Amino acid sequence: MTEVLRRRWMSVLALATPDELEAAWRRIGDPPPYARVRGPEVGLVMVRARAGGTGLRFNVGEIPVTRCAVQFVGGALGQAWVRGRDMRHAERAAVLDALLQDDGRRPTLEATVIEPLARAREARLGAVTARAAATRVDFFTMVRGQD
Amino acid sequence: MRPGFVDPVLGSQRVFRRVLEAMAHPGRIVTLDALIEAPAPLAPASAAVCLTLLDFETPLWLDDAARSREAVEWLRFHCGVPLVEGPESARFALVLAPAAMPAFGEFDLGTDVMPDRSATLILQVDALTAGAGARLAGPGIADTTRLDVAGAPPRFWDLVRGNGMHFPRGVDLLLAAGPCLAALPRTVRVRDD
Repeated sequence: MTEVLRRRWMSVLALATPDELEAAWRRIGDPPPYARVRGPEVGLVMVRARAGGTGLRFNVGEIPVTRCAVQFVGGALGQAWVRGRDMRHAERAAVLDALLQDDGRRPTLEATVIEPLARAREARLGAVTARAAATRVDFFTMVRGQD
Repeated sequence: MRPGFVDPVLGSQRVFRRVLEAMAHPGRIVTLDALIEAPAPLAPASAAVCLTLLDFETPLWLDDAARSREAVEWLRFHCGVPLVEGPESARFALVLAPAAMPAFGEFDLGTDVMPDRSATLILQVDALTAGAGARLAGPGIADTTRLDVAGAPPRFWDLVRGNGMHFPRGVDLLLAAGPCLAALPRTVRVRDD
């Protein structure tokens, strides 16, 4: 299990909308019993950016983030950090993170949970981009014969 | 990974009040009731004190006995505490084998202008017994009190006396045994008898 895979599914779980995650949660049924190691708890994270994308770093502002860490009996530690204050979302994302770290469960979960959530997000972003593209205006200038 | 306090706010407040009581009444043994599952080889009181007092701004020095993978991971996860190699850079020290610990002078004793910038040493000992052992006096102690510490470094009370000689500089000691805690701030005076 590589870090790259884990980053991707943690990102997909965190960026899903609460409704989408709820639907995915229903699909997988009840998870095995787990213990909460930390949270879910809401805190603030300072977002940093670079001026102009490449310049000096500065503080953009604070955003609320909900984090959660859960552990299955004799299993992996699942963690989640989700923007916003949705404690249930963070807890479910953490449980799914723990389940996905299990090599036996991963393929099924990737197919039934992660891929649909990733496609849903792409569709959402695609809709926004399409709406914005519809407002695009192409400018043309007449050649003035200078060269 | 073991969890921390069931309720982080109430748990740490409870433990903080106990630590305050112990520090304000040197030699008094207090029992912590906000008990948590401590990672091996920490005792419940040591772990609770760490959760309450340590954070990302308080560098921690661990002795060899405390550097178990479970303990280090637990401290990093729950406290976010930076670990330091040299005792002189630590704000807190967690010593699980006090018999082999460095001399108090190797830790930060603070300065005359800022004596509060010193280290607080958490020593995990075998047992704390009231009414026996060394006779203690000083601020916070009405008349005198007695405290016996099993599992302390050799010549422990001489070390405590020596620590008090640097006043206002010096270290402060928190002794943890099981779920119990006692404190020996630098103001405590050890009687000769």
